[in-house]
Amino acid sequence: MSEMTPIISFKNFSFQYNAQKRPTLKDINLDIYPGEKILICGASGSGKSTLGNCINGLIPFSYNGKIEGSLTVDGIETKNSSIFELSTRVGTVLQDPDGQFVGLTVGEDIAFALENDCIEQGKMIELTDHAAMQVGIEKHMKKAPYDLSGGQKQRVSMAGVLVDDVKILLFDEPLANLDPATGKGAIELIEKLKKETNTTVVIIEHRIEDALWENVDRILLMADGCIVADKKPEDMLRSPLLNEYGIREPLYLTALKYASADINKVEHIDNIRQLKLEKEEVNSVRDWYLSQQRQQTVNDNDYILETQDLSFAYDGKEYVLNDINVKIRKGEMLSIVGRNGAGKSTFCKLVCGFEKPQKGKVFFKGEDVTDTTIRHRAAHIGYVMQNPNQMISQIQIFDEVAMGIANIGLSKEEIQERVYETLKVCGLYEFRNWPISALSFGQKKRVTIASILVMGPEVIILDEPTAGQDLRHYTEIMEFLKDLNKQGITVIIVTHDMHLMLEYTSRAIVFSNGQMVDDKAGSAVLCDPELVEKAALKETSLFNLATMCGIDDPVSFVDCFIDCDRREREHE
Amino acid sequence: MKNDAVKKVVATGIGAALFFVLARFVAVPSGIPNTNIAFQYGIQSFFAVVYGPVVGCLSGFIGHVLTDMSWGGVWWSWAFGTAVYGLIVGLFAKKINIESGEFGKKALVNFAIANCLANVVAWPIIAAVGDVVIYKEDFKIVVAQLAVAAIADFLCAMVIGGLLLYGYSKTIAKTGSLDKE
Amino acid sequence: MNNRVLNYIPKDSFIHRLSGTTKLIIFLTFSVLCGLSFDTRVLIVLLLLSLLGFRLSKIKLSEIRLMSTFLVIFITFNFILLFLFNPDYGTEMYGTRTVLFHLVGRYYVTAEQMFYQFNVALKYVIGFPIAILFISTTNPSEFAASLSAIGVPYRVSYSVSLALRYIPDIQKDYHEIAQSQEARGVGLGKDVKLVERVKNAVKILLPLVLTSLQRIDTISNSMQLRSFGKNKKRTWYVKKKLTVADYSVIAFCAILFIVGMIVTNQGGSNIYNPFI
Repeated sequence: MSEMTPIISFKNFSFQYNAQKRPTLKDINLDIYPGEKILICGASGSGKSTLGNCINGLIPFSYNGKIEGSLTVDGIETKNSSIFELSTRVGTVLQDPDGQFVGLTVGEDIAFALENDCIEQGKMIELTDHAAMQVGIEKHMKKAPYDLSGGQKQRVSMAGVLVDDVKILLFDEPLANLDPATGKGAIELIEKLKKETNTTVVIIEHRIEDALWENVDRILLMADGCIVADKKPEDMLRSPLLNEYGIREPLYLTALKYASADINKVEHIDNIRQLKLEKEEVNSVRDWYLSQQRQQTVNDNDYILETQDLSFAYDGKEYVLNDINVKIRKGEMLSIVGRNGAGKSTFCKLVCGFEKPQKGKVFFKGEDVTDTTIRHRAAHIGYVMQNPNQMISQIQIFDEVAMGIANIGLSKEEIQERVYETLKVCGLYEFRNWPISALSFGQKKRVTIASILVMGPEVIILDEPTAGQDLRHYTEIMEFLKDLNKQGITVIIVTHDMHLMLEYTSRAIVFSNGQMVDDKAGSAVLCDPELVEKAALKETSLFNLATMCGIDDPVSFVDCFIDCDRREREHE
Repeated sequence: MKNDAVKKVVATGIGAALFFVLARFVAVPSGIPNTNIAFQYGIQSFFAVVYGPVVGCLSGFIGHVLTDMSWGGVWWSWAFGTAVYGLIVGLFAKKINIESGEFGKKALVNFAIANCLANVVAWPIIAAVGDVVIYKEDFKIVVAQLAVAAIADFLCAMVIGGLLLYGYSKTIAKTGSLDKE
Repeated sequence: MNNRVLNYIPKDSFIHRLSGTTKLIIFLTFSVLCGLSFDTRVLIVLLLLSLLGFRLSKIKLSEIRLMSTFLVIFITFNFILLFLFNPDYGTEMYGTRTVLFHLVGRYYVTAEQMFYQFNVALKYVIGFPIAILFISTTNPSEFAASLSAIGVPYRVSYSVSLALRYIPDIQKDYHEIAQSQEARGVGLGKDVKLVERVKNAVKILLPLVLTSLQRIDTISNSMQLRSFGKNKKRTWYVKKKLTVADYSVIAFCAILFIVGMIVTNQGGSNIYNPFI
């Protein structure tokens, strides 16, 4: 490829945002050639999104800052160009599906770039229809964004950049906000588009295993504003770099490592579907599995939360939740999974008293609380929203946490004591006099959890607590929740993250189409292909590995892996 | 003041949407019978200070007209009042300079002057003249009515808008101040 | 959740088939004429025409019940208030005084006052079918294109479209934030003291506004990445081409406007005075 001219070329490139003290990108040298498919990974703050924004021109044309060195895209020096000139060459799909859906309907949104280019209407409709066909959304042209799923909105966004006949497609965290099955579909669609349009594709994503569902040519690993590694996927996975830089490697790979299989001998280590195991490696895996011993812990506490035939319709007619019967024991940590719109959030809102069910009952410690107010319910069952910014309304951490117990007749000293106690539990005590704006996302999340815990609930429900977080922040948040759980608080987590479900929760409640379709251990859920399909989940690669190695009880294999993984990490 | 042409277009749209939602769906009683607190003017004054006079003016005007339409029938004189209100508050945006990350006494005084002036011009003058021209209403009565509205909106915008601006100012990073922990 | 922001009711009718631009012109012509004229004859013609339009649109009264109820209450309320404030305003306006009967104190019901209030009510009533006609028969997608067609800069027109696009999202945000804050004791009801109520409102509005500002940044980035603001003009995917029917209606509006203004202003005042 060396004789080809690169389509993207960074030369001694640095960038510093105006509000930052130090450069976010440092001395980047990188060539990307036409037709390549590149995966850029890195922990949060590594500069991977900034790198993407340099390619599409948001830097320097929307975010101000200082550029040094050179970056050419399709032969154009970006800093002397304009965002408009670049946008006809680079199509960007951002991660927020609603923020980039600006049209009132699918058709309008896809046509948006053409409208701005003053394309005449007849031609515009033709191009729009074509792009819609490419992504398979042509049947929904007149639909409004709120009638579409997250995956459909993302398809619209893809079509919206395809109309421009771009040479480069840039995806910024395409898997965030999507349920597992939809994420898989998105990766497949990207591959299809790449083949059909012969574009260069750059994917920025830290969920490596999911991103590698389809092959890529190279993986770039970023850390602290630099590219620390630029390797073929197989080489990258065989190196210890991903772990060193806080990126989660594929689970099957970790399993092979635990089994002391020689990963250098495994062909196609970068793709679970093409993975080829020799007899020797299969034996290592089997031997490892047989050597594992599992201890089962059984929770036989009393039920703390029960629902009975819970049904709900926002408009009183169309039921989004039908006859839900759930029983949760005190001290459990469990997950609720299923596709977007399956009723997970609605279920939580009913349990917390935000909405009133048309039918059915909610019991807390055996007592019927269906008709109690939000405020009353909050003293027993707390709800933490996905986006901490939607909950934070104070400037100081102390005030934010104290809000929930103001006006309930406590003295100033009592309030202070309870807030301090909660802050200590949440590891925020030393920040008590800080302004919230100075905190990281993970710390803000903790503040919101603290602001709920202060009211003394025995159950807390969290909506996607780790969405968009890298491995370090994910672990930080989840270990914190695990600690809370150990202290006796029942934790319910709504999530799309299959790993979270396996790793941290003892069972999963599965929703599909407003119904509870199953309730069993996460490992059993992910080894049940029919259920996986029904609830838009994605089977774990550990299941594939177990099958490949002829292990007859994949569920047990997955459980062994999770146990082993926990021990290994506690060891560290 | 944020100075980016596209951002202003978006801010106008989102500002109008906020205006609409608060005016149409959020009814918080003010204590006076049949009168709700007009949060939308607090939001509008916030947008006027953050994004300047054009956004202040248009976001309010669009929000107001859409709200009226959803009830059936636009009250043009008041819609123009809302537009002028946002415009005048927005003219003080540079002076208040919220992007500096400070919303201190000086800024607060400027915000108060802006609101005072804007409410006087918007309601007892613009909207009143409109009502008299269109509905031939009694000028004295209209002015009296609108003066009450002006005072109520002044208070609402000062308290709500002021607190929002203060909260926002605390989230702004000062140039060259951010460093990794 | 209520997804329809304005009450657009898709149907196949003469009015529905007209371009949004034409309907916007009808709406503005009627609004301006109704605003400028106090000539009862003109107002009655406008009312009859708007009722005719309403009939043509095949919109049923039952589909706009909420709005019509609101209008009736509003007009009644306003009618009473106007009388209470100044029962002699009609007399001052028309220069004569024909007492019909006496209520109490200074409250005499005069023919002039009633006629004046009838005119005011007429103005409100005309505004109603016209606004309903516009929002119920025009696809919101056409709003921006129509505004742009009558000369509003496209950036401003697009702001209107963005407002319509994001109202449901912001409504949902508001609802969710309010619920989660209510769980923490942030109430806005009558049982909360006024000062507390205002403070609590800020506890809901601040997160709402701050997340909206983030939203503005994302949206404007995504719009710039798709060339918004590149040219002095832009075209519209949903714009309907003007047909013969459209041109005829626009021409009719122009004539109506001119005739209406002439009739209104003959005699040097825009008031029609039957009392002299």
